[in-house]
Amino acid sequence: MSNKLNHNMSLANAKDLSTKQKIASGIGVLGLFILVLAFLNVGFTNKVLWLSLSLGLITAGTIWFTNLAYLGKSKGIKNDGVWFKSISSRGIIGWITGVVMTAFYIVLYFKAGWLGLGTDGAPNTGLVALFDPLSKVLSGNPASQWFVYGTLYTVAILVFGYKFLMKYRHNRYEQIRTGSVMFFQLAFAFLIPEFMARLNSDSFKLPYYDLKNIWPLNYYNFEQYRVDEFISAGTVGTALLIFGILSIFVITPILTFKYGKRWYCSWVCGCGGLAETAGDPFRHLSNKKQYAWKVERWVIHSVLVFVVLMTTAVVYSYLGDDSSKYWLTKNVFLFSVAGILTLVFALTMIFKRQELGKDAKLGAIGYFAIIMALIGMHFFSGNSNVFLFEAETLRSTYGFLIGAIFSGVIGTGFYPIFGNRVWCRFGCPMAAILGFQQRLFSKFRITTNGGQCISCGNCSTYCEMGIDVRAYAQKGENIVRSSCVGCGVCSAVCPRGVLKLENDSMDGRINPKEILLGNDVNLMDLLNNK
Amino acid sequence: MEHIVIIGNGISGVTTARHIRKNSDKKITIVSAESNHFFSRTALMYIYMGHMTYENTKPYEDWFWKKNRIELKNGYVKNVDTAAKTLHFNNGDTLQYDKLVLATGSKPNKFGWPGQDLDGVQGLYSKQDLETLEANAPNNEVCNRAVIVGGGLIGIELAEMLMTRNIPVTFLVRESSFWNGVLPKGESAMINRHIESHHIDLRLSTNLKEIKADENGRVKSIIIEETGEEIACNVVGLTAGVTPNIDFLKTSNIETDKGILVNKYLETNVPDVYAIGDCAQQHEAIGQRRPIEAVWYTGRMMGEVLAQTICGNKMAYNPGHWFNSAKFLDIEYQTYGWVFSERNKKDNESHFHWKHEDDTKCITVAYNNTTNTFLGINTFGIRMRHEVFNRWLTEERDIDYVIKNLATANFDPEFFSHFEKDIIKAYNQQLQTA
Repeated sequence: MSNKLNHNMSLANAKDLSTKQKIASGIGVLGLFILVLAFLNVGFTNKVLWLSLSLGLITAGTIWFTNLAYLGKSKGIKNDGVWFKSISSRGIIGWITGVVMTAFYIVLYFKAGWLGLGTDGAPNTGLVALFDPLSKVLSGNPASQWFVYGTLYTVAILVFGYKFLMKYRHNRYEQIRTGSVMFFQLAFAFLIPEFMARLNSDSFKLPYYDLKNIWPLNYYNFEQYRVDEFISAGTVGTALLIFGILSIFVITPILTFKYGKRWYCSWVCGCGGLAETAGDPFRHLSNKKQYAWKVERWVIHSVLVFVVLMTTAVVYSYLGDDSSKYWLTKNVFLFSVAGILTLVFALTMIFKRQELGKDAKLGAIGYFAIIMALIGMHFFSGNSNVFLFEAETLRSTYGFLIGAIFSGVIGTGFYPIFGNRVWCRFGCPMAAILGFQQRLFSKFRITTNGGQCISCGNCSTYCEMGIDVRAYAQKGENIVRSSCVGCGVCSAVCPRGVLKLENDSMDGRINPKEILLGNDVNLMDLLNNK
Repeated sequence: MEHIVIIGNGISGVTTARHIRKNSDKKITIVSAESNHFFSRTALMYIYMGHMTYENTKPYEDWFWKKNRIELKNGYVKNVDTAAKTLHFNNGDTLQYDKLVLATGSKPNKFGWPGQDLDGVQGLYSKQDLETLEANAPNNEVCNRAVIVGGGLIGIELAEMLMTRNIPVTFLVRESSFWNGVLPKGESAMINRHIESHHIDLRLSTNLKEIKADENGRVKSIIIEETGEEIACNVVGLTAGVTPNIDFLKTSNIETDKGILVNKYLETNVPDVYAIGDCAQQHEAIGQRRPIEAVWYTGRMMGEVLAQTICGNKMAYNPGHWFNSAKFLDIEYQTYGWVFSERNKKDNESHFHWKHEDDTKCITVAYNNTTNTFLGINTFGIRMRHEVFNRWLTEERDIDYVIKNLATANFDPEFFSHFEKDIIKAYNQQLQTA
């Protein structure tokens, strides 16, 4: 994301800003302006000074602005004027911000040279060069466009995380959760991988690895070059590779069972971290209509199928045929994938058949059939490809369509238009897996408080995932939804104390009611138990 | 096919319609002059504050009504001819019904103050009232000051709304402390301080004498009864309670008092005509409830019950334990069971009161001072579980049990500070000194 733009997100129309807030905004903009100058190849001789100045001014401006906006006010919900501000109501400033951020992403992914990335050993220039000193301190290497991006991304999560902390001073769940995403971004996504790079030498090289970035969100984790590097790095590398596999097959299921997908999506994940901090002013822009939910289910599960197929094909392509050399051959691998999918499918159908709606069942059967058919085709067609496509074609297509366009350009660039969780809601295959488990095998739910709902709709409005929370609350039904990332904002904005995120027993977790608590007990018995 | 016509598309009427549809194939028509679709009245304030759009306040998408074969008619009913079972609209339309449900809600009280009908004087109840407010008080340049008359739930919401546009507010409250006809004094006093901490000019024990007009017939100031002080203002909000919205029934033979009189089956004196929600008045109050209950929840519950009766399973309106909720600026309030103010409580009701030192959280537990039976709780700034208190009330637990087990009733979000230890300590101390 571009910090440049998010700074505008500040809050009100200019006329509502105090003089001090205007000065604070000006300080932040000055910091961004230094980055623009660097982009335009203004040669800063003292890069340490200018980079420090830039990031320092951005940070100071945002913090001062935040303090002016929230510290003088009593603790409580701070959504005044959200729908009146151009930036947060798809006004002209919102659209400009969206377009500029989208442009930034396009340049970042496809035209890194414009940012000053040196190619073929040439030194960096422009914006990337400005970040060289910081990169050298951390990893010992010159910066890349990804280092620039990672630094700005981290700064954005930290400064807008601070803003979020001040906005939700009355809510410790929000505070602790935000502290967590700030920590994981700074330590796991930013610092540790750079320090790991420092350990590299001619004889020892680890791939760049953000440990909390789990496959399939980290769709390239099991590509050949990485696996080779992991294995050639000896015990440490092998441990990391095993950790990557355990992350998705052991750690994730356990934590999701206990806490729901929130342990990842709104406490750890970097995409979620940015959405919850810099993206917070846009959360109400998510579409709450039923058709959006229908689109969401098809798109996100299609991405999941895509990533499973792609990863299988990629791994398959570099495995050998000879089981005497290594036990994991092409065939063993394919049968394992088919076996795991079949196991998950069978368990779901055996134990959770009743809980699945008619179309969810159809979708599951459809996708399962596709995967089986494609694997079958491989065996019967006998060519060197898997699934009819070249593995490399699948990989590069996924990387372009999903990795770059969906998660970056649309996912973040369109914050001011579609809300802050477009990627998480419609695209993220990790969210799809976690959500599948959350819906069926988890203790997590959002409990509704008896008959207290007044259908005001604050919960639905501020749900970044577009869940119509009110539809459940006004029926006295717990919210058990695949997509819920457990950000807790519905509970925070509820004026009547109706919603509570909880981990509790699986029994009675899904509990629709016709008559809510508070009415005639006989009527409740009659209609709720029929 | 039997035609059920419901006048009023608020929570009462819409709940009735939804439950009739669940249980039958009857033809259903909802009539409203206020809006084309059901919206949540309780959320009107959030539109003005910029938290929500009007679309956000609709609990059901617009396709919902057609899908569920609930017809919507936008029109104002001028009178009801019960003999011919016909509604007459003010544009000349008519509509036949087989059964009629009156769910027309309330309108703001006006007590005959001089100037109460001037431009710039308004209540806050309907969507139209909100539009009027948007015109009267778009910002603090058009509206330099607003005066709110009436210290209840709508008054404090209106104050909160105006404060978000930086409009100075003077809040006239007849009582000696905010809402102390309902709240015990400790709570009421805490809310007084909370209001003042938001820089609202709270005037207790203060009545409105008259509203004065400028040369264009717009409000320019108000005069205070007690002191004769004149306060310049551009908007006067009348929020001294609401009264049933039933003027259109005066020419009908439906029996009314303050509201439309109904028996426990929510039937009026005319066969096939029912009344529910804010506009209904029980012949005899149910338990300790008021004969007219202008509350969201009771409107919904009456709708749930009446739908049963209309679908052939005749049921009396027999609500369970009383509960309610509100929010005073930043402080949430919930109540379960009955806690009466000093003004209204009986001799056998005593209170245990605990307040946190930060002055934004407190609870009051009412109990019977001869049997120690738990009667009810008011809780401010701490969320409690409806289900748990409902059960304790049914089980007629004593106050010791309730205080000791308070933690099981806590409904605050995870990681919030808990105060049960403080509360138990305070309870033990108060009992020892008592």
